[in-house]
Amino acid sequence: MTDKTAADAHVEPRAEPQRAPRPSPGLIARMSRARPTKPGEIYGVPGHGNTLWLSAFSIGLFFFVWWGVTAIGWVKPLFIPPPMAIVTKFISIWNTGFTGTPFLEHLSISTFRVFSAFILACVIGLPLGLAMGMSPLMRGLFDPPIEFYRPIPPLAYLPLMIIWFGIGETSKILLIFLSVFAPIVLGARAGVKSAAIEQIHAAYSFGASRWQVMRYVIMPSAMPEILTAMRVGIGFGWTTLVAAEMVAATKGLGYMVLSASQFLQTPVVIMGIFVIAIIAFAFDLLMRFVERRVVPWKGRM
Amino acid sequence: MGLTIENVSVVFPAANGRPPVSALSEINLQIDDREFVVALGASGCGKSTLLNLIAGFLAPTSGELTLNGRRVEGPGADRAVVFQKHALLPWLNVIDNVAFGLQIQGISRAKRYETANKFVGLLGLDGFQKSPVYMLSGGMQQRVGIARALTCDPDVLLMDEPLGALDALTREKAQELILNIWDNTHKSIFFITHSVEEALFMGTKLVVMSPRPGRITHVFDLPFSRQFLDGQSAREVKAAPEFIRLREDVLKIIFADEEAAA
Ligand SMILES: Nc1ncnc2c1ncn2[C@@H]1O[C@H](COP(=O)(O)OP(=O)(O)OP(=O)(O)O)[C@@H](O)[C@H]1O
Ligand SMILES: [Mg+2]
Repeated sequence: MTDKTAADAHVEPRAEPQRAPRPSPGLIARMSRARPTKPGEIYGVPGHGNTLWLSAFSIGLFFFVWWGVTAIGWVKPLFIPPPMAIVTKFISIWNTGFTGTPFLEHLSISTFRVFSAFILACVIGLPLGLAMGMSPLMRGLFDPPIEFYRPIPPLAYLPLMIIWFGIGETSKILLIFLSVFAPIVLGARAGVKSAAIEQIHAAYSFGASRWQVMRYVIMPSAMPEILTAMRVGIGFGWTTLVAAEMVAATKGLGYMVLSASQFLQTPVVIMGIFVIAIIAFAFDLLMRFVERRVVPWKGRM
Repeated sequence: MGLTIENVSVVFPAANGRPPVSALSEINLQIDDREFVVALGASGCGKSTLLNLIAGFLAPTSGELTLNGRRVEGPGADRAVVFQKHALLPWLNVIDNVAFGLQIQGISRAKRYETANKFVGLLGLDGFQKSPVYMLSGGMQQRVGIARALTCDPDVLLMDEPLGALDALTREKAQELILNIWDNTHKSIFFITHSVEEALFMGTKLVVMSPRPGRITHVFDLPFSRQFLDGQSAREVKAAPEFIRLREDVLKIIFADEEAAA
């Protein structure tokens, strides 16, 4: 048999025949044309390619327009303060705190709330989702409550959380937990379907028990879906943070944003938003890294 | 001893408004020890259904299968399956895929690597033990699948179009490889293919099947694989007049089936 790996299957790019010079195609045409992505993959999956520079450009453009609009004086600083005002505000809050609490404490309490809800959701949601995927009994029992509460906005059941669990940490973490829980359960449940019937049959033909099939085939093949579900889930967690810190909070990034908005401190509001976005994004990058390490085979077989 | 299939029928019950399908009707087949049985037939004639029955993934609607005197009641390590594709575990590297069956059986890591390495070598995969399987070529992946099936020392190897996805050259080499392994390991093999030439070249017994209802219409005894193993080249065997004559006869039978169906 030939021992060619994918990388050997390299095809030379087709040479253009010599012809009279023509005006080169426009930028749009060049950008939308199918292009080599990797060696051995001349016409790759549409959507391949590095977007780093474009992303940097889009971020740069955003800040430039922001700066321009405020510098010219088109919008009042009350509505959109200039970028520098945000930085100044950040430095001052970093040094002196906000409403008497150091910035890092706001940051850590919010991070603690989101991550403890996230970890709790993973610990309960992943096994439950896998069980729901594998057993009609579990699916029958748990599908209705999850599907019932899943589309309800957390703000709608926030009052109930407070009535039932008080104004302490419990109700806050529980609210975030609920918003993270549903996507994680559904992702794990969908992941169960990832294994090919041939993989399952192969395990059975070696005498595997049902449990071994789950342990050695179903669970590993569900990993890509599970990691995606975790990414989606924690996104929901950050989304719910501000709602969770709406009532009876004295600390936290959500609290900071909300109370600043009451005093029309727009720079603090925007700064809080940025801080939340940056932490969420950093964690997402970490998850993507984990994904590349844990399931490098994702979508490749 | 060997595998005995007696009066086996499979009917897939009606579902979603589709009528019931008589996938196999009154199949009788004997696969002796060290026999190489090849099944050939138009698409939908029940070849995979028959293989799934032997593997134990499916229970017959009526009739009985016995392997070495014991009734087949489910999958078991005495029968190993090589699938056409999608059956390797991409999160494991080559050696762990090959050793997968032994891992299921609770063999210690050192022991199972020892056995697996033997078959990795036999299938010409030395040096690729640590490679991820998703980076291998199709032919190499198929060899990993064969090595994996061999590690648990099954009595019967079941192969459902194992070479169907390979290019012509790789395929011919793989045919020779499988024949040599069959000769050295003394397994019985049940092998499904769509290629008449492959069927004639590899089998000691050819079973031609026909659809609606799926049944065995012809059985041929084949001398060609023996000729190859006795030293003739594959090309020589496949070009011999008797080979070509039989190939045309079998093709006629299959085309007649296709036309009757159309
Ligand atoms: N799970 C199933 N439910 C209902 N009908 C089925 C099922 N599996 C197979 N069949 C039907 O049984 C018949 C035989 O199918 P089978 O897969 O055994 O054919 P085959 O000979 O392997 O075909 P091919 O050469 O295309 O692989 C077909 O008509 C098919 O539609
Ligand atoms: Mg088939």
